[in-house]
Parts: sequence; structure tokens; C-alpha cells
Amino acid sequence: MPRASADVIVVGAGIVGAFCARALHDSGLDVLVVDGAPPGGGATAACMGHVVVMDDSEAQFALCRRSQLAWDALAGELPQSAEHDDCGTLWIAEDGPQMEAARAKHDYYEQRGVRSEILDARQLEDAEPELRPGLAGALRVPGDSVVYPPAVASWLLRDISVEVGTPAHRVDCDDRSARVRLDDGRSLVAGHVVVAAGVASLDLLDEELRAELPNASIRPRKGHLVITERAMGFCRHQLVELGYLASAHGDPSAPSVAFNLQPRKTGQMLVGSSRQLGTTSPAVEPDIVHQMLERAHHYLPDLGRLQAIRVWCGFRPSTDDHLPYVGPVPGHDRVLLAAGHEGLGITTAPGTAELIAHFVSETATTELEISAYRPSRHGVSRP
Amino acid sequence: MTRHVEVDVAVVGAGPGGLAAIEALTRDRSPHSSTTHPGTIALIDDAPIVGGQIWRARDSRPARETDSYLDLLQHDQVDHLQETLIVDAASGSGESPVLFAVGPTGPVRIVARAIVLATGAMERFLPFPGWTLPGVVGAGGLQALIKGGFDVAGRRLVIAGSGPLLLAVADLARRCGAQVLCLTEQAERHSLLPFARAILVRPGKLWQGLGLGRRLLPVRKRFGTWPIRAVGDERLEHVVLRSSDGRESTVECDLLACGFGLVPRLSLPRLLGCQVEAVGDGALRVVVDDRQRTSVPGVYAIGEATGVGGVDKALVEGRVAGLDAAGKGVDARLMASRDRERRFADALEASFSLRDELRELPTSDTLVCRCEDVPWTELAAARCARDAKLNTRCGMGPCQARVCGPALAFLKGWVPESPRPPLFPTDLQTLTDLYQTETFSEQSPPSNQKVDRAAPV
Repeated sequence: MPRASADVIVVGAGIVGAFCARALHDSGLDVLVVDGAPPGGGATAACMGHVVVMDDSEAQFALCRRSQLAWDALAGELPQSAEHDDCGTLWIAEDGPQMEAARAKHDYYEQRGVRSEILDARQLEDAEPELRPGLAGALRVPGDSVVYPPAVASWLLRDISVEVGTPAHRVDCDDRSARVRLDDGRSLVAGHVVVAAGVASLDLLDEELRAELPNASIRPRKGHLVITERAMGFCRHQLVELGYLASAHGDPSAPSVAFNLQPRKTGQMLVGSSRQLGTTSPAVEPDIVHQMLERAHHYLPDLGRLQAIRVWCGFRPSTDDHLPYVGPVPGHDRVLLAAGHEGLGITTAPGTAELIAHFVSETATTELEISAYRPSRHGVSRP
Repeated sequence: MTRHVEVDVAVVGAGPGGLAAIEALTRDRSPHSSTTHPGTIALIDDAPIVGGQIWRARDSRPARETDSYLDLLQHDQVDHLQETLIVDAASGSGESPVLFAVGPTGPVRIVARAIVLATGAMERFLPFPGWTLPGVVGAGGLQALIKGGFDVAGRRLVIAGSGPLLLAVADLARRCGAQVLCLTEQAERHSLLPFARAILVRPGKLWQGLGLGRRLLPVRKRFGTWPIRAVGDERLEHVVLRSSDGRESTVECDLLACGFGLVPRLSLPRLLGCQVEAVGDGALRVVVDDRQRTSVPGVYAIGEATGVGGVDKALVEGRVAGLDAAGKGVDARLMASRDRERRFADALEASFSLRDELRELPTSDTLVCRCEDVPWTELAAARCARDAKLNTRCGMGPCQARVCGPALAFLKGWVPESPRPPLFPTDLQTLTDLYQTETFSEQSPPSNQKVDRAAPV
């Protein structure tokens, strides 16, 4: 018999839902996870799995850093299928101005206790011989790592009740309980509901809940990736062009591509990246892949000889201020959001779970500044 | 540089069905007057010669069945793209479907008003202990090997699995000097009645069958029998067979040719978004209407892709699709013969339906996914094909579950995931060129002059 109630229901078995469920379970609560797809089957499977400290804002940095330390603590326990790899990140500078940006990034990290080092052109060549000559240098961040997120999600949920196959339809609540109605008409009841359903999250809220967040939006931001056959040692670090920041945060209405390559523990190379708003078509778009690969060739002249075995798309859950919604729907403490992580869902899932546990469980605490992530920042302005 | 081909109709697959479609498309068209009959036709196939898997003679020469079609390929309006692999396809709303392919001269983009998918069938393998040993081959695979020149003379051969293909393979192997020790069919003799009845009312197939039956008289045939284990140190030494009465027997042999029926090859139809439906034993087929039209506008599917039924079904369906794509009528007689062939396909499926015991073939360490080395035991906890892929890498390799997908569809009832581009491993340089969207007509003239004159569509 499928279960009909729990202390907490987590809607979404992606990486964020899985970490939240784990944290709540570990704090002694009875947790039920529901999802239409198997664990990690959505954006969690479509993404790169790069655990990276980003510094777009202090709040983003704090969540990344807190989460990265949690990932590091977990690394020894992860199963082999998680493909954890301490490859580090190389932020590649093409020219003088980008080298300046690399130095600024270095200083920012240093002030906050994150190890990084500047590589000059020669050192970069030694570190990654496949890169084209003539690059200015790079910033190496050795603490960044790579995982295979769906396997992590499954592992986190190993002893937690998960109901897969029936998507959630609507979430609502009253003073005594919160409810999840499923697509098949069943209704599940809990003390709290955590909505961790990526781009679908806000649409799951019933009218009353949604009305509390008039300025909130989670837009799908499409991305493409290409994976190659095994080519062990072609590159050793996750390689990202410093221009990536311009792509990630530039004019969001225009499609953009940036060079981002990741060596997988299997020896395969994962090649990205692209960003597009305004489309929900899951089809691979040839012209975007073309631009993306051209960009990658620009940095790796011999990349063309590797065999591509698959191209696919996914949708990042994107908010306007590039920060996730983590915390209760204003005025309705029984329903919480853990969604809208855009490209940082894998990195920041552990920190998100810490925040969620803090809100739900009386015993869990957090050192994070909670207000920056609260959905209420896009809520009804109250006097 | 990418070659750009714009045609009226693209036929994918040069087997009997594809050739029949070409014949219907070119009928009544003057071979050298494209001005009065606008529109060109492309025939795309991954082999250097036409005929598909079935019409293929030894030493890779064209089979005599293709003789009558060879003239069609000289038709001014037919562009035969040989040795061309389709790696991706797109079908937008209101836009003509596009095929992205790689040929001997590099990337080719084909834009067509209509596409006829004659993608044929492939063999279904079921994993059992020892199935990955050298010496264990696919039944259809052995057929292709022999036709390609592989010498089986004097080899001791066991043929096992299911379906009429096993008989054809036994016949070919014997004619090439192999010693066929036995041929085992997993279906019981009595369950083949619908198939036998369907054969009886088809004179062509009956004569073919009688000839085959006579030639195979000396071969020991066992029904209700299947392989449970292939054994050997470095390569195959013997195979253990089990019968439905519980008896087991061991046969020493050099080769085990094994196949559990044919299943439609659906990578390309599924990539184009054609609706598919499940048939028996977990296999899928493309859903088509009475003119062979799929759920995607402008895309037809014929032959094995719409349900495995053999050459005659492919021929008649190819004709129907070709006529409809050319805007010609399809007469009642043709429709009646198509319906007859569909009934034959149904009889075939009912007769050779796989027995439940075959679901117990794999043991815990039997490899199921050979690309990623995934054993049976690792799949125990998986909920569906996608779950298995995400947690065990099953089906994540270069073949995209072409082998393990149909097996798991039968063994576990898992619907195979839709494939992703590229359908075949493609180097990144080629993919980059293939996906370039600007028009090529000025900077890179197509190498084939016939295509240069691509008519407006």
C-alpha cells in the first residue's frame, strides 16, 4: 500500500529534494519523497555535476562555500557510482583583462579562506597541454570537484520512503497540516511539505499560496551538453572560460554559449555550455550545439577528433536574482520551497538542506544568513 | 564541408521496402525531365549496395532480387546516398523534416518534404551465462558474416533462439559447408500452427518454405528448447540446452548462433518523434494509418518498423507509402494485400511469442549491458530503464541500449528510452559541421551534380 501521510513530504527526488529528505530524516523525522520520475531523473541527470564555489553575490558565495564543505565531508562515504572526483577548476583567461578578472577572483577567494592559485601561460600549458597556445593564464581552484548527481540522489534516499511514478499535482495547507495532491487523485497529508521540484515548483502551489509570492518566478533556462566516448587524460581539470560569467549573467533574453569542459571519472569528456530563456522544447537545437562546439574548439583545437556519443538538453530553474528560494511560503509555515537554484543546484543542495532542516525541525540549526534565500523577498510587501 | 541536399522525398533504408517505395515514387516519371516533374528523391542507406540485410548475396555483391530495381537508381531524379549513416533528425511544426547524416565525403544535411522510414529490424539477444564468449554470435550476425566472406566450412554449429530467421541461417551455413549440429526453437511445435496456416495460404512463401524444409531435413530440429549456458575457457566449447520437459543436454560446438526473434529498428523514428506502441514481448513498433503515415506530418514508416512481417509486407507497405507520398491513389487490391501481410505479421508474432522461462536466463553475474559492463544483479533494484541507466550506467554506452534495450523490455517489461543524437558515435568536428545552419549552396556546391539541381519544394 502506498503511504498517505508522513511528518514531512518532499516533492521532488532530484538532488535538492534528496539532500533535504536526508537532512530531515537524520533529524529524526518521518519523511516521504514523491516524484513522477526516478530519483535524480530531471535536471539532476541533465546537468554537469560540478561542485563549484561561485561568487556572484555574498549570499551565493556563502551558500556555495557552506555546501562545498558539506560535500567534502561526504566524499569519503559516497558510493563508487557517485563518480566523485577532486579535479579542481581552471578558470581560463584569454587575454590581459581576463587575467585581471582571474586575479580579482583570486583575491576574493583568499579573503574568504578558499584556496586558489594563479597560473601563468606556461603553467597553464603544463597543466592542460591540449589547450591552444597563446592563452594568458588561469585561476586554479583545487577544492572544486565533480560528482554524478543522480547516483548521489539515489544514495541519499536509500533508506527513505520514495514514491516514484506519479507526479504531484498541487500543494496546499491549512492551520493543522499540509497536503500534496497527486496526478492520480490521491491526497497525501503531512506536517510540512517541502517543494523541491525545480522549474515546476511555483506551479505546484495552490492559488492561495501562489498569491503570497507575486514577484517570484522560476523560469526554465535551457542548456545543452555533449558527452564523448572515453578519452582518458585528454583534460584533467574542469575547464571554464572566464567569459562564462558573462554568458551566465549577461543579457538573459539572448541565447549564449560558453566554453565549459569536464573530464568524467569514466574518462569521458562532458562539453558545454549553453543558456536560453523562452523555450520549453526539449529538442536538441543544432545551431546552439554548433555554436557551443565552435566555442570549445576555440580553446581545444584537437577536440574535434573525440567521438560524441550523446547530446541532450535540460532546464535550469532560474530566478531573477540568481538565488534560490529556500524557506517557508510567507504566512504559511507548513509549505516550504527549496527551488530555483539555476546552475548551482548540485553545489548548493547540502546548504539548502541545512536551511530547510532549520525551518522544519526544532533541533536543527544553521550558520547561514537565512533572510537572503527566503521566498518572502519576492512576496507581498506588508507594512 | 557539409553537403546540403534538398529533395521532395527521402527514403531511408534501401531494403525491399525502401526500393518498393522508390519504384512507386518514380513510376510514371520520365527519367530525364525534372522540369516537367518537379521534385527529386533521395535514397539513403548505410551499405554500399542496395538490398538491405535480406537481399544480400555473398561477398557483398547485390542479390539478384535487386536486379529489377537497379535501373531505378539510374533515374535522373534519384540520388542514391550510399554508405550514409543518419545520426540525427529534426521535425519542427510546419517545417520540413531534416536528416543529419554522415557519408563517405563527410556531413550531409537532407531536407525533405516527406520522409519514408524503411529502417528494418534488428536481432533481439537475450543474455544468458556465457553469451559474451567468443564463438557465440547473433544468428542474423552470422548470416551477415557469411555473406561478407566469413568461412564456416567444417565448423560445428548450433543455432538457437526463435523465429524463421534461424532456418534461413541454418540453410546458408550448411550450403557454405558448416556442420549444423542442431537447430533449437524455443516455441513449442504446436504453437507454430498460426504461422504454418499463414504460410499455407501464401503460395510464394509456401514454395520457399517447402524448399527450405527439404534442404534442412538432415538437420536435427528441437522445439520447446533453448540455450541456458554457453561454456568455454577462452572461447566457446559447448552449449547447454534445456527443453520444456526439464531435460538438459550438452552439445560440443565451435559456434553458437543465437537470436530471439527480430524487433523493429526504431532509433530514427523515435528521434523524429513518431508515436510508437508496444507489441508482444515488450517490443515497440511505429503506429501508422492506412497510408503508412506516422503521427509526425510528412513522415511515413514501412516494413519491419511497423511490425516484423518479412519481405512481402515491406514490399507492399513501401508501395503504399511511395504512392501516397507521390500524391497518387492507392487501389483496393493493394490495400487488401497490405492487410493480408499485416495478418501474417500478427501470426508470426503469435507463433514465436517468447516463453516465460527465458526471463530466468540471466544469472546474477551475467552481463546485460556490454557497453558498460553491467551485470544482471545490479539491475535488481531499478524501477525502470531510466532508473537503471542513472544508477548503473546500463544503456549509457555508445550503442544507446540498442542491444540491452529490447532484452530488458522482454525481461523486465521496461519501455526502452527514446534515443538521443547522435544515433552513432560521431566525431565532434563532424558534428560541429553538420549542425551549422547557414546555407551552403554558394560556398560549398554539392559534390553530386544531380542534387545540384534540387527543385523547389
